[in-house]
Formats: sequence, C-alpha cells, structure tokens
Amino acid sequence: MKRVIVLMTVLCMAVGLYAQTTVEFWHAMTGKNGEMVQTICDQFNASQKEYKVVPVYKGSYVDTMNAGIAAFRAGQAPAIIQVYEVGTATMMAAKNAIKPVYQLMAENNMKWDPNIYIPTIKSYYSTSDGRMLSMPFNSSTAVMYYNKDAFRKAGLDPEKPPVTWPEFFEVAKKLKASGMEGGFSTNWISWIQLENFCAWHNIPFGTRSNGFDGLDTTLVFNSPITVRHFQNIYDLSKTGVFIYGGRENKANPLFTSGRVGMHFESIGGYGNMKANCKFDFGVARLPYYPDVPGAPQNSIIGGASLWVFNGRPAAEYKTVAEFFNFISKPEIQSLWHKATGYLPVTQAAYELTKSQGYYKDNPGLEVAIKQLTNKTPTPNSMGVRFGNMPIIREIEDQIWEDILSGKISVKAGLDKMVSEGNKTLREFEKLYK
Amino acid sequence: MAKQYEFKAPVLPYLLVLPQMVIVFIFFFWPAAQAILQSFYLQDPFGGRMIFVGFQNYSKLLVDPDYWQSFRVSTAFALCITLSAMTISLFLAIQANKKIRFASFYKTMLVWPYAVSTLVAGVIWLFLFNPNVGVIAYVLKHTFHVDWQYLLNFNQAFFLLTMAASWKQLAYNFVFFLAGLQSVPATLVEAAEIDGAGAARRFWKIIFPLLSPTTFYLLVMNLVYGFFETFPIVHAITQGAPGKSTGILVYKVWRDGVINLDLGSSAAQSVILMLMVIVLTVFQFRFIERRVTY
Repeated sequence: MKRVIVLMTVLCMAVGLYAQTTVEFWHAMTGKNGEMVQTICDQFNASQKEYKVVPVYKGSYVDTMNAGIAAFRAGQAPAIIQVYEVGTATMMAAKNAIKPVYQLMAENNMKWDPNIYIPTIKSYYSTSDGRMLSMPFNSSTAVMYYNKDAFRKAGLDPEKPPVTWPEFFEVAKKLKASGMEGGFSTNWISWIQLENFCAWHNIPFGTRSNGFDGLDTTLVFNSPITVRHFQNIYDLSKTGVFIYGGRENKANPLFTSGRVGMHFESIGGYGNMKANCKFDFGVARLPYYPDVPGAPQNSIIGGASLWVFNGRPAAEYKTVAEFFNFISKPEIQSLWHKATGYLPVTQAAYELTKSQGYYKDNPGLEVAIKQLTNKTPTPNSMGVRFGNMPIIREIEDQIWEDILSGKISVKAGLDKMVSEGNKTLREFEKLYK
Repeated sequence: MAKQYEFKAPVLPYLLVLPQMVIVFIFFFWPAAQAILQSFYLQDPFGGRMIFVGFQNYSKLLVDPDYWQSFRVSTAFALCITLSAMTISLFLAIQANKKIRFASFYKTMLVWPYAVSTLVAGVIWLFLFNPNVGVIAYVLKHTFHVDWQYLLNFNQAFFLLTMAASWKQLAYNFVFFLAGLQSVPATLVEAAEIDGAGAARRFWKIIFPLLSPTTFYLLVMNLVYGFFETFPIVHAITQGAPGKSTGILVYKVWRDGVINLDLGSSAAQSVILMLMVIVLTVFQFRFIERRVTY
C-alpha cells in the first residue's frame, strides 16, 4: 500500500511538472540585486503551480544584450530579457524580434492597467501614443549626494544643500577652501549632465520629442544653457574645484573617500554609498538654473526594463504575462525597492513603502521619487529615445575629456557632440527606414 | 635531409589531416568568411535587415581621421612595447645568466608575471595608478606633487599602458633570451676574452649575433602582442581615454561591434586587421628572416 502511495505521488508530481510551463529570464543583476531577482522569481513560482520563471544571470548589461541577440539569431531566444535603457531604441526598432508588452497583455486577456506605473517611468518605455513596449523593472534617477560632515566643517548648514547651480558652485568653492581636495565630481556626464540636465530644465535634448516621435530626429542639446553649464564646470576644473573621476560611475571613490564634498550619481548607488561612506551624507535634488523658465521640471530614469522575445510558444507568453503582473504588485515592488535602492515603478508601491515609514530612515530614496514625479512629463522630459545611443554616449564622454584637457573649447565641443551624434542617428535611420 | 615517407593508400593521409582541417575551418575560415561577408553590409543586430552597401564600411573608415589616429597610436604602442619589453628583458636575462647568488631565485621571480593573465595585469596597474584609487597615484600626487591624471593626459596614459603591457611581456621574453644566452657556447666567449675582447665587444660581436634567431622570433611575437593582444590592458586601464586617443585598433573593433552594435564597420575593421597580420607575417618571414644568421 505504501508503495502505491509513493508511486501515485511520484506520478502526480510528474504530471504536475509536465503541465508546468517554464520560461527563462535572462538578467544582468549581480550581488544583492541578483539575489533579489532570484527571491522574486521564487516567490512567483511558489505563489501558483502552473507557471515557472527561471532567472539566468548572463553577465553585464552589454553581455546580456549580446547573448540575447546571438540567441535570437540562433532561434534560441529566452522569453524575457533585461535590457539597459540605452538599448531601448535598438530593441524597439527590432520589430521582428520583440513582442510589445501591451500586445502581450491583450493577447493573454490580462487585467492590466498601464497607468499604475509612475508616469516618467511608463513614458520611457512606451511609444509616443502611450503603448507600453517593455516592462519597467529596475529604474533609477540621478541625484546629488553631499557630505554633511564636510558641510559642517566648512561652516555650511548640512540640512540646506544648494538648490540652484549658482549656489552649488559657491558651496563647492567653499568646500575646497575648507581644506578638501576639491568641491565636487560627477558620474555619467552623458546621462546626468546632459540627458537629465535637459529634462530637468525642460529643454529639448533632441527634436521629435527627444526621438519618441520618429527616427528622423536630430540632437539639439548644444543650447546656450548647456554651453553655459559646461563652461561653468570647465572653469572650475581649472581651479581644482571640479575633479574629473572618469566615465560612467568611476568617479564614486572621489566622494566616498571624502576628497570632494558633493557628487552626482544614480539613486541606484544609494546602497553603495551607505556601505562605503564613513561620514554622514545626504541626498538632494539636482540643482537648476533659476533663470530658465519651467525649471525644475522632472528628472528622467536610467536602469533597465524587461523585453519579451518573439517566437516562443503561446503557453510561455501566458507565463510571462502572469509574471509581469506579479512583479507589478505593490508588495513585490516595495520589497525590491527597499532591498536594492531602485525606485518603485508604481505609485501604489511608493504609497505602501511610505505607509511603512521606510523613508523616515531613508529620506534619500524619497528625494529621488519626488524629483522624478516633480511635474507631469513634457515631451522634453519623458526620456530620450535615440538609435545608436551607446555610440552617442561614447561620443559625449570622449569629447568631454577633450574639453577638459583643453583640446577643444566648450562651445565647439558641444557642437561636435551634436554633429557627430547626428551622423550616427542618420545611419540608424537609414538602416531601419 | 629528413627522410620522406609516402602513403600508399590515397585516402588515408587526407583522413589523418581531416580533424585538423575541420578545426581550422570552423574556427578560422568560417568566421573569417563571415567577417568578410558582413563587412559589405549594414545590418541590424537581430539580423532582421541587411542592406548591401558594397565597400562603404571600408571607405568610411579610410576617410575617417579618427581611424588613422587609432592606427598611428596602435603602431606607436606596438613599437614602444616591443622596444622596452625586449631591451629590458635582454638586460635582465644577461644579469640573471651571470654566476651570482640566488640566481635561480631571481629567474623564478622574473618568470612569474607570465602566469598572470593580461586582464589581471591591467587591473593590477589600474589599482596602482588610477588617480581616484591608486596607491602610487596618491604618492605621486601628494609626495612628489605630480599632476597625475592620465584620464585627461595622453602622454601619461600612453606611458602607463606601455609600462603595463611591457611588464606583462617581460617574463616571456626573459625565458627566451635566457635560453638563447645559455646556448651560446662558452668556448667562443672565452676565446674572445683571451684574444683581449672587452665585455661590450664580446656581447656585440659574439653573443648578440648568436642570439639573433631568438631576437627575431621575439620581435615578431612582441609586435603581434603589441598590436593584437593588448586589448585587455587598454580595456582595464583607459578604455580609450582621454577622448579616444588611446583607443587602439583592437579595442575599437570590440567597442564598435560589441557595445555599439555597428556590426558592418566592426567586421570591416577586423578584415583590415586580418590583412595587417598577413602582411606583417609575410614581410617579416620573407625579408627579415633572410638576414638572420642561424
């Protein structure tokens, strides 16, 4: 009798396994973030019996995207892939390769409201008429970090970080005068000081709603206000008030080691700051130029979203749709937000986290959310959507270094960023026309 | 004259070389053919669209001043690495070949860096010299008041890359030079000494000519290394900075292909690199090797 029961159980399990649809989810999350991806998938798998999502770590964002491309070309694409924000236009343009999220949800008759997502996050991954193409996942935005201890030492009020750029530069000079090696540094010159700078001042980064309305877009960020901003930073680099720390997020050690008093970095780096700063630090909004009408507008996001590959069996798409609904739940979003420092992608998740009193101990995270939702996004602040975005950012990084090393003037440098960027936009347009 | 064997069966020899040919075909000819094919197209990464553009990917490179700049810096880089890695390692090999205390200890230590992968070598030098976190960078700045910022200073960046890449290659050269020196017959050197030749004369007239096969071999290997295998060093230390001034050819191929997904241009660049390797090898073996005394 006992044997029969065992046999029956095994059989039932086998049938159960057979009926379960498994989909792969390729991602680029490491450390704590990678553990959380696993946790969320485990919770989803435990919440029901029909579907199973298996997370697979594929390396950096670049590695993951290339793995996805190679797999798609070989007919072996996973159902879900995490793609960083600069790959958005490439994914969108690959119409044969992807299944838009709005379509996925409609085909599987899911109860799903795209308006639950925070507007700036939703718009970044939607067409200009509001159809969502990929599922928001890990979103961040750029903020200012400042060293409160250094503020005190320089005789500044640590609870009153500078609000405008002119104030900011004065504070930076005072910090240096107080004995620090420099006043400030910044990560991501392209994402923070150009893309976010333009959105925050409600000025266009490119034409055609920053590329949302079509491929026939051109870059226009070499406006007088950007030239003025870059000139200010360049001038301060000559006196050592601004210290250049390298591309992407390589300037972080300048701030964490206490060599500069203020720094610009993603809110996604909040956990890292908490772990590495041996001093009291604060998070503040990005400064703005008060004479620019409409400023401050809202900042834009960075991070990555989840894309769905075409050509998988129908049952897998049902699984993906269920999974996407699951990860959009307030409690899951809140869990992700608190563990990783990425922003909650829905309004409800923000409210939930707030009601738990989480922001009392972590005010920095709320600063980022408030900055992102400061105003209803305009065509200048929905995000940026350009083909060959990695090339454009590379051009910006390179020319910024040429400006700092005196090889080219600020104005000529910004003009060159725009003209070289436009060349690569025309190539992208030619390919996808 | 080596004895030649002849196979009676007509098929067997082909069968015997087949495995090797299959490997060469799959890992060399097939990708090379793919690269040549792709270099004539503009294509989207997912393979949805392929537009034939003829030689446009090539012509764009050839009129691009940045590509020529990359070519120049790659050449300078390869030459500097070859020169410094070879002279220093020859010097070290000569010293280690002398009858000194702890000779085998020195030899072991000098061969050690060879076990370090090129990428790790790059990271080690990065941690020493990075202006934000580097230990030596800190000393340079605070003790010697050097304005050390290679991210914005081409000369510093180039110097650092050359040092790191040469250091990695030293051990390899050292082994070959040491072996070469040990095979120089002691009788010849002693005879010259008895004839009254000084140390310098003995070196230039006897040892150096006898070392020439080793030197020639290392010249080829170092140039190839400098041109084509220093990617990890650049990737770890400068990523082409400042601007794109240290973006050597192999780094540019990778960057344009893997990050920027400009597959057509990346393919055209790799075809150009392939031609360079072919020309370099043919040139060296046909013209330089003849003058080398074995």
